[in-house]
Amino acid sequence: MRFLNSLGSLWERLFHRSPKNAEMEEELRSHIEHRADDLERSGLDRAQARRRARVEFGGYERYRQESYEAAGGQFFETVLADVRFSLRMLRKSPGFTIAAVLTLALAIGANAVVFAVLNALILRPIRVPEPQSLYAIQRGNDQAINHSYPDYRDLRDRNRSFDGLTAYNLASVGLDTGNNPTPAWIYEVTGNYFDALNIHPYLGRFFHASDEHGANSAPYIVLPHAYWQSRFQSDRGVVGRVVQLNKHPFTILGVAPPEFRGTLAFIFPDFWAPIVNQEQIEGSSVLNERGHRELLMVLGHLKAGVAPAQAIADLNSIGSSLEKTNPKEDGDMTFTLARPGLAGDWFGRPLRAFLVGLMLLAGLILLAACANLGSLFAARAADRGREVALRLALGASRCRILRGLFTEAVLISLAGGAVGLAGSVALLRWLSAWRPLSSSPLQVAVNPDANVYLVALLLALASGFLFGAVPVRQVLRTDPYQVVKSGSSARMGQRMTVRDLLLVVQIAICAVLVTSSMVAVRGLMRSLESNFGFEPQNAMLLQTTLTMAGYMGDRVPAMQKRMIDALETIPGVKAVGSVDRPPLHYGANIANVFTDRTTDLKPANAAAQAARYRISPEYFDAAGTAFLSGRALNWHDDKNAPRVAVVNRQFANKIFGSVPAAIGGYYKSGDGSRIQVVGIVEDGKYGTLTEDLQPAMFLSLLQSPSPVTSLVVRSQRDPGQLAAEIKSKVRELDQALPVDIQTWNRELEGALFASRMATISLGVMGLMGAVLAITGIFGMAAYSVSKRLRELGIRIALGAQRKQVLEAALGRALRLLAFGSAAGLVLGVLASRVLAYIVYQATPRDPLVLACVVLAMLLLGLLATWIPAQRALSVNPLILLREE
Amino acid sequence: MGDQAQLLPGTLDLLILRAVSLGPLHGYGILLRIGQISGNALLIEQGALYPGLFRLVRQGLLKANWGTSENNRRAKFYELTAAGRRRLREETDNWNRLATAIGTALAVQPEEI
Repeated sequence: MRFLNSLGSLWERLFHRSPKNAEMEEELRSHIEHRADDLERSGLDRAQARRRARVEFGGYERYRQESYEAAGGQFFETVLADVRFSLRMLRKSPGFTIAAVLTLALAIGANAVVFAVLNALILRPIRVPEPQSLYAIQRGNDQAINHSYPDYRDLRDRNRSFDGLTAYNLASVGLDTGNNPTPAWIYEVTGNYFDALNIHPYLGRFFHASDEHGANSAPYIVLPHAYWQSRFQSDRGVVGRVVQLNKHPFTILGVAPPEFRGTLAFIFPDFWAPIVNQEQIEGSSVLNERGHRELLMVLGHLKAGVAPAQAIADLNSIGSSLEKTNPKEDGDMTFTLARPGLAGDWFGRPLRAFLVGLMLLAGLILLAACANLGSLFAARAADRGREVALRLALGASRCRILRGLFTEAVLISLAGGAVGLAGSVALLRWLSAWRPLSSSPLQVAVNPDANVYLVALLLALASGFLFGAVPVRQVLRTDPYQVVKSGSSARMGQRMTVRDLLLVVQIAICAVLVTSSMVAVRGLMRSLESNFGFEPQNAMLLQTTLTMAGYMGDRVPAMQKRMIDALETIPGVKAVGSVDRPPLHYGANIANVFTDRTTDLKPANAAAQAARYRISPEYFDAAGTAFLSGRALNWHDDKNAPRVAVVNRQFANKIFGSVPAAIGGYYKSGDGSRIQVVGIVEDGKYGTLTEDLQPAMFLSLLQSPSPVTSLVVRSQRDPGQLAAEIKSKVRELDQALPVDIQTWNRELEGALFASRMATISLGVMGLMGAVLAITGIFGMAAYSVSKRLRELGIRIALGAQRKQVLEAALGRALRLLAFGSAAGLVLGVLASRVLAYIVYQATPRDPLVLACVVLAMLLLGLLATWIPAQRALSVNPLILLREE
Repeated sequence: MGDQAQLLPGTLDLLILRAVSLGPLHGYGILLRIGQISGNALLIEQGALYPGLFRLVRQGLLKANWGTSENNRRAKFYELTAAGRRRLREETDNWNRLATAIGTALAVQPEEI
């Protein structure tokens, strides 16, 4: 009790002794003093005058209180009273409260997650000073962001629009800090990288353009803060330490500040190294080859006052002069600018479109949830019609009653928002730590920030007001006299009510969600069934780059042969083949090819752009690619033999007109060498799952060697055991070679990642839509049955059949369901066109999908009306009529 | 006190507005001014003035500032806002119409009907 008292006095202090209140008291006291002054002047002594003044003033406490209320000071108390009253009302119907809070939590959680991803990838630019003036340069019609180093150098030195242009490339290296060598992902960057981006070291120093003095002149690395913490345990003595990078010594110069994590939103480097050391890092250097566009990105800050359009004009004039001076390598040198974070428009645009689409769907879910809760609230308000009427009759203002309703709605929405946000924060934490693909550094840092919390709060409040507003008209129209006289169960209107409309809207929204997710799932299924041109089942993939262990020149193919021979001796292995980069591994290497008659080998004259693979003779066996005609490559097709290639059917058709014409025919590669086609294989998928038929050529790894090696090991054996044996075989050959072994199916996850993520997110949305549809229909059906129990009882007493009872009880709900579903289906089909950009083979005009949606909505309706239907059928007319 | 009249409901606000329209006043001053201009004919309990004052401030008809009174004490001075002036004019017209109507009605003799 003492505790309560002290709480009470705290209360008093908080709300009654506010500064405003003190001021008020001062004013009242001042009045009394003035009166006392007058009385004193008329002859009373001070004490008497004061007493008299106080008496004349009247009920001091009463007037103080009245003044306080007149000044609007009771606002807080009213709100608190409303909150207390609402809490009591909500506690009285826990089922309703829990259902409402959970519904909202789902909807707001979904919105928070989608918004956080949107926020991390699109709204929040990469963390550099002045991100709004940072642009990446895109080239040509297809908006390629890759450039060659000589082109970059020309752009950097001749432009007048940028405050320094920098460039970088991704590479994977073996890093040895003294013990176990591990693969690491790095950005190879130009010397001016940190200066152009205006980043300053957290520890030590960075390298600069002045450190570059020709090939391999800058053996330095800079660590990101996160990698410094995880790999070097935040050791400040790390600066100046020498580590082995692909067996070459590199000195650690410094550590970048924590907020700077590279210039891509989804790939954070393990460290940065100067690109002038490319030969050491990648085994070969293409820095002097204008035709090799291997820089991932060229980017820089625009100078103050330079508009993007001016910069583009500036770049284009440099481009056209480059086209003239380098006709062989440079074609289509027109430029555009793009935001760097999402690797330019070719990737960024569909991602942005997809995320915005997803955000819209999440918004729809929230809207559906609001419609759902709105109709629940309206039903509740109708049930409480008698109470409302009584309160009105007793003199409560309509404003006050509405405020009570809104307080309830906002309380529920805040609770729902809090629960939803807690769930989404947990999910986002997990997402941020997730490395979805073992073979790539892909990572999505979506830790929620203030923006996310703010959006969740706003959404919660907005939805609270939205569904709280539904019963307003109902309350305003309540006529206390009528209701008190005749009871609230009066009439069921025949007109379309707001509630009916809400239900239709909600079902339509849910049908859109269900349709979209079905379309996406079906698209993914098809893309998994389509022919890749190789057989990922029962195959292991060993990936490595031989330069990581110091192999160069002729030792590269020799080592590849030794590895193939060694792996073939493992029992149960049927075939082993090597390819530089397996198909569908984040795009393909594309090269220009020319007909044999072409003499001027400039890009504009190319007959086709073909995917290029460098394979060992056994690759097709190991990969399971079907041979159509001609012969395979063999180990005699080496450097001293004429250059030969196996091509796919599309290549043969495109360059030679037909498969028979292609066998024995010649074509030219970009460097001018003539290549003879000796065999034809089936078509397949090379760059992406969604591509059209692409020409592809398979060259001998003896004739065009590559240190990038992927060995395909075909075997029926258990992948775990096999991987261990492969690893030990490779260790026998070379201790220091870092390798990555996994099943081919797993490696392919990268290619399927985008559509799989799209399908999962859309599937979740669809599921939420379905759940909302069920609760919405259930709520409506249950309500309409409970309202009409008496009528149903009379019908049954008069001999109505089951069918007629059901028709009377649920006919309306089912008709609304059918109407909403049809509308939603049409909208969903329209919306799914957008999906087709992202999800491979997603087409809404698929009879199976349409049938599934109709079936799903039917099932949902059946499920949701089952319990109310049972209740309607079990009505006992005797009991009901007696009760009335 | 027997010769003082009870206030009709709602008329206190009108009196306050009128008193303040003659120049800024503090609470006690308003009371004195009302007494002065009504010839001390109205019975007003002193404290009853304040809920009215706060209500008028909240309605934006009056504005208040702290200052120093002629007795050299801190006091809150009230003055009319533009809205208050407008309201005073309307209420005065209303009151005159009402008073004329009531007065006429009460003055009617049986033979005039």
